[in-house]
Amino acid sequence: MSAGLLTTCYLGAGILFILSLGGLSHPETSRRGNYYGVIGMAIAIIITVFSLKTHSYVTVLPAMLVGGIIGTFVANRVKMTAMPELVAILHSFVGLAAVLVGFNNFLEPIANLAGAEKIIHDIEVYLGIFIGAITFSGSIVAFGKLSEKISGKPLLLPARHWLNLTIDISIIIIGYWFITTEDFQTGLIALSIMTGLALIFGVHMVMAIGGADMPVVVSMLNSYSGWAAAATGFMLSNNLLIITGALVGSSGAILSYIMCRAMNRNFLSVIAGGFGTTSVSSQIQIHGEVTPISASDTADMIKDSQSVIIVPGYGMAVSHAQHIINEIANILRKRGVNMRFAIHPVAGRMPGHMNVLLAEAKVPYDIVFEMDEINKDFADTDVVIVIGANDIVNPAALEDPCSPIAGMPVLEVWRAKNVIVSKRSMATGYAGIDNPLFYKENTHMLFGDAKTRMDEILAGLSTQS
Amino acid sequence: MKIGIIKEIHPGEKRVAATPDVIEKFKKLGFIVAVECAAGEAAGIPDTEYKAIGCELVDNPKMLWESSDIILKVRAPEMHPTLRVHEVALMKEGQTLVSFIWPGQNSDLMKKMAEAKINVFAMDSVPRISRAQKLDALSSMANIAGYRAIIEAAHHFGRFFTGQITAAGKVPPAKVLVIGAGVAGLSAIATANGLGAVVRGFDTRPEVKEQVLSMGAEFLELNFAEEGSGTGGYAKQMSEAFVKAEMELFAKQALEVDIIITTALIPGRPAPLLVTADMVKSMKSGSVIVDMAAEQGGNCELTEAGQVVVKHGVTLIGYTDLPSRLARQSSQLYANNLWRLLEELCPEKNGVINIDMNDEVIRGTVVVKNGEITWPPPAPTLTMAPAKTTDKMPAATVAAAKPKKRTSPFLILLIAAIMLFVVGQFAPATFVSQLTVFVLACFVGYMVVWNVTASLHTPLMSVTNAISGIIALGALLQISSSNYVVQILAGIAILISTINIVGGFVVTHRMLKMFTK
Repeated sequence: MSAGLLTTCYLGAGILFILSLGGLSHPETSRRGNYYGVIGMAIAIIITVFSLKTHSYVTVLPAMLVGGIIGTFVANRVKMTAMPELVAILHSFVGLAAVLVGFNNFLEPIANLAGAEKIIHDIEVYLGIFIGAITFSGSIVAFGKLSEKISGKPLLLPARHWLNLTIDISIIIIGYWFITTEDFQTGLIALSIMTGLALIFGVHMVMAIGGADMPVVVSMLNSYSGWAAAATGFMLSNNLLIITGALVGSSGAILSYIMCRAMNRNFLSVIAGGFGTTSVSSQIQIHGEVTPISASDTADMIKDSQSVIIVPGYGMAVSHAQHIINEIANILRKRGVNMRFAIHPVAGRMPGHMNVLLAEAKVPYDIVFEMDEINKDFADTDVVIVIGANDIVNPAALEDPCSPIAGMPVLEVWRAKNVIVSKRSMATGYAGIDNPLFYKENTHMLFGDAKTRMDEILAGLSTQS
Repeated sequence: MKIGIIKEIHPGEKRVAATPDVIEKFKKLGFIVAVECAAGEAAGIPDTEYKAIGCELVDNPKMLWESSDIILKVRAPEMHPTLRVHEVALMKEGQTLVSFIWPGQNSDLMKKMAEAKINVFAMDSVPRISRAQKLDALSSMANIAGYRAIIEAAHHFGRFFTGQITAAGKVPPAKVLVIGAGVAGLSAIATANGLGAVVRGFDTRPEVKEQVLSMGAEFLELNFAEEGSGTGGYAKQMSEAFVKAEMELFAKQALEVDIIITTALIPGRPAPLLVTADMVKSMKSGSVIVDMAAEQGGNCELTEAGQVVVKHGVTLIGYTDLPSRLARQSSQLYANNLWRLLEELCPEKNGVINIDMNDEVIRGTVVVKNGEITWPPPAPTLTMAPAKTTDKMPAATVAAAKPKKRTSPFLILLIAAIMLFVVGQFAPATFVSQLTVFVLACFVGYMVVWNVTASLHTPLMSVTNAISGIIALGALLQISSSNYVVQILAGIAILISTINIVGGFVVTHRMLKMFTK
């Protein structure tokens, strides 16, 4: 296999990857995009496998077979509500692979390098392993938090910023030590200590971040996994790895940025952690009282309305209510009600989480709208049904400058004629602040499990039709 | 406490203060309810319905007046025709009366009630703030009156409202002009629109334009700038020039429209004259005018309060009891308003009322308390939140508003240029070419990913996850090593990154398959 052919194949794969991401600009072209990605990957892997010495197939083929089977199995079994967990654990694999490849590269350098080349190569190895290790341990913790194996509350060690700073400085010092030493043993020790520190750093970083900030964390780890791949590409002098890593890295970075903007928060403050625990007391007293409503009254109310908007939140995912909601939406649509869905960018636990759940329930994507598209329409809406969402519909974000979520763009549901909030209890959302929406004149609280209540509403709608 | 529901004695009044379904709600608040015999008859509610839910029926009105702690009524108290005694005289100190009172027009009655040392709630004096909407009986009655006005007009109008093209000929739609877009006006607009008429609305307050449009009517505007909004959501008296322009508009409209509904009222003054005798003369014969302000003198020069008259071929309806003409509906809504008031008065739900004069809604509604006239109340404060926040926000907003120090783009470019220069000067050629690839790929990724639609962000993450499994390539290149440790580590790396590749693509495919139109 000539080196030229290998390079052109990599080029082709790189272009296919770009097309793959480009395809996601619209749901109609997205499936084609995914196929481009599959083809690109197949080309890259097959051509690389063919260029190997045949005796390696003994290890390669079984490893790929087992990996492929596990991957297919997991991907087919995972519930759509558990998508954030799957994505998090997959990130950790990339991180771990980057660490392993980095160590291998150190154990067996490709060529004898000297001078500036050696220094740069050492830095590449060091950085690759560092980013990989953070991605690995951070993703594992994120997985634990998302699957509720670890508490979603931020863990705030005293002097946590000092701890981070100490780790950072030690990593830089060890890095200097690693680069300057000629001795193989010393280098290995330096590398191992750094890996350990990076792992701790990753754990600590994600532990300190609260549940509501999970979309940022997941997309940030997505970005890191890309940078880890890119760093690996540098150390192996492999352009395809660099291109792919850069694509993934910038994609994750943009997602993190979008998520932060949707919460009106600074990226650094999210990463520094501890959101919602420093209780900034709101200056505005909440007036009024909570008006509960029954499921059958809700059914009556939406039966008589012209336009309905449903706002789903994480609570919908928890109670798996999306299918019932789709049936309700279908009945209303058949009656000629202007039925739409409104989705806040940070609803759920990862970017686009709610869209996927609604798509799973077969809600057509052309009645699912983003915050900016639909916010102006709330004023003309008869009934808004908020299901398991809290902070993303909190009017305090706009009205109370002292609120911890002040300035965060929110869905302005309270402008509608009636708002029905389906919620388990009066507990606060992840931001830990009270929601004046619940006390508004036009708000009715539908307490109880979202799925049970939606079932009752569906029954109410069906009997009256 | 015991609530007494009194039969209305005003001639022609068909409403009753409480319907059986609402009485059930009173009971949930802890009250006992007694009803005068035949109280609901005129509204189409027989005594048996009250009995069925366990109300005590009282035959003797005098006994009911005396034995109840709270009296619920529709009309203000007046001379009882059969007992030959004023209703207020039947009450004793400490009792509570809830009804329409119109304290502005009935100063004698107010004095009488103060002397009787009773507590009086006037349902017409509920403050017009958003919290009190649910007990705003004026609005609920006006809504019914507006609806009924159109129904009366339709009854006297000789044609369809809706335009039709039939085998027997073409029928043009009726044209309806509604003057005054308050609750009654809007209700009339909606009803006329529902019947298929072409509806026009007019109001001196420009802010109601949107509401008129939302009800499906056209909004007539004057080329004249004067703000007609008074306090508390009512209109105010307009200047002479404005009135002149307004009258010209109406005169022009009178030639065109078939039906005019007038609902213009200014608090505490006689109704403004809007439709002159000449305008009535100019209208097509068979036209109808419903003057909803007939009781306050009428918006139309020729209407006679309480009567239907035909003048110059135009039917003039001056009914003053429109809500009472839809007695069952208005009784139910009025009763619900009363229930909301009782709910405010009895937050403990223990059947005992507590008149808290610090509560804005209650303060406004109470017109007589312990022998003292408490009307008119202090001016309503419409909104309290915005004023409060402006005082308290400085600390927070100043910090937020402070312009962030941003590094100028020029400086960033300069730094980037220096760094590139350093790299180009000292780094080996291979690294520079890799760096080129890396930076360009970052830009491509940046451009491509911004185009990804928000609804596909999850598939974006899973597909980038899959392609970042490309790291398997690195492991593949290392597996041929002779070092066993390297081989094992590379094998593990291949295994897990394959999970990534396959799992990522499969799950992305699964998700994308679900996105359907």
